[in-house]
Amino acid sequence: MIVNRRRLLGAIGVGGSSLLLTGCDRLNQNAGFQSLLKEGEGLTMRAQRLITSRDALAPEFTGADLSPVFRSNGTRMPGSPAYAAHAANRFVDWRLAFDGLVQRPQSFSLAQIGTMPIRTQITRHDCVEGWSAIGKWHGVPLKILLDQVGLRDGARYLVFHCADDYGPVRYYESIDLIDAFHPQTILAWGLNDHLLPVQNGAPLRLRVERQLGYKHAKYVERIEAVSSLAAIGAGKGGYWEDGANYEWYAGA
Amino acid sequence: MAEAVMDVEHAAPRTVVYRHRVATRIWHWINVVVVFVMIMSGLMIFNAHPRLYWGKYGANSDYAWLQIGAIGDRGVLQVGQVKVPTTGVLGRWTDPQGRVQNRAFPHWATIPSNYSLADARRWHLFFSWLLVIGGVGYWAISFANRHVIGDLLPTRKELSPGHLWQDIKDHARLRLPTGEAAATYNVLQKLSYVGILFVVLPLLVLTGLAMSPGMNAAWPWLLDLFGGRQSARSIHFLMMAAMVAFIVVHVLMVILAGPVNEIRSMITGRYRLPKPRNGGEPR
Repeated sequence: MIVNRRRLLGAIGVGGSSLLLTGCDRLNQNAGFQSLLKEGEGLTMRAQRLITSRDALAPEFTGADLSPVFRSNGTRMPGSPAYAAHAANRFVDWRLAFDGLVQRPQSFSLAQIGTMPIRTQITRHDCVEGWSAIGKWHGVPLKILLDQVGLRDGARYLVFHCADDYGPVRYYESIDLIDAFHPQTILAWGLNDHLLPVQNGAPLRLRVERQLGYKHAKYVERIEAVSSLAAIGAGKGGYWEDGANYEWYAGA
Repeated sequence: MAEAVMDVEHAAPRTVVYRHRVATRIWHWINVVVVFVMIMSGLMIFNAHPRLYWGKYGANSDYAWLQIGAIGDRGVLQVGQVKVPTTGVLGRWTDPQGRVQNRAFPHWATIPSNYSLADARRWHLFFSWLLVIGGVGYWAISFANRHVIGDLLPTRKELSPGHLWQDIKDHARLRLPTGEAAATYNVLQKLSYVGILFVVLPLLVLTGLAMSPGMNAAWPWLLDLFGGRQSARSIHFLMMAAMVAFIVVHVLMVILAGPVNEIRSMITGRYRLPKPRNGGEPR
């Protein structure tokens, strides 16, 4: 076979690109390389925290900016009979437990939460997939609940335990105290001037506006203050973090 | 007779010039890796939601100006009202295991090749740091060593319509510069390098930052600049397409201009000037 220059270049191109692809896939499965990539998450978080003041607000919008349809994603209806009973009963018996490293562990009824100060904010929800929806949220600032239960020394994270099942486990997420005390971090019970629909996380969902959608735990039934995420799930701080390599810091 | 002429030409020493500074060469080869990873991991991220919108919000029930997907058993790229059949390449294709996949970009164009938004984000966000650090470093060095002012910015004369038109005609006829004229960049080269360096790359980085909810709290003006997060995502995609077009033309021109000489010059910095064409006026 006569190898001319064009054919040689073509062969180099095809061979090179398939080598590149195989190489990338192999690197992707290499634990050392994955831990190198994960360094990027820490760098991004530190850099963003460095240039963002603790109370810097996520952009808020006006009623004219609202998405006509606020897309629901993930669980649209938790599967347990207990949740179905709560939903049928309009969540009057729903309790939010707050425990772990707190001075006064307690549980709150929705009626109690309803009497607490309300924050209303029109914010943009960004799914990690790429879409965005703007909605008007009504809820109680998490700081109000934190002040009532009083964090104990050593508490560094809040873990949100949810009522929706993903196979054998229930959804869970976590945030650190910088986001927990942020003025826009609320436990929302309302969306667009109505009580929160089931598909959007009724009766309570977290809004943590400076991070991506999967951090905004829906169907919250328990908040646990912890010193470390190591004992939660597989130790990475959330359902998607443990199961599918998503970042715990979802600010990017 | 012809042979004699050719012999004379071969015997004549061809001038070797120092064309690429070390900063340019290092940055170039870093980018060969970084830009490819950014594009391919970015295409995988796009696959998670293969629709683009203008404005502040955009999800499945909103109007998408571009979408890639499968309609029945056909892959379709839809831009506005125009539908382009793309079965086998975009929207619906067969993976190496023989499974038909209804995903936008095919396995050979993405990192990783199997669908994983989480892994692609890890690659994209890690390599974005290398892109930014390399790019800012190159900017600083190239202003300091006068590469930008001296070599890259077109002169007023070069930007005159007559000169531009002549250069476009020469490129269209593949009459590439020879001799001394090949020692410096021609005006189309200058414009494309300046466009990548000062328009496409900065827009890619800034629209990328504008998509980050954390950055939106820190620098909300970025959203205003681009007209909202979904507009920023669309611009990010379009700039990626511009980058791909640049790479295709760039590689094509390298092959046409003599790949060995060109690639060697990007490694050693030294470039052998092409000999003037027979009968062609040197320019």
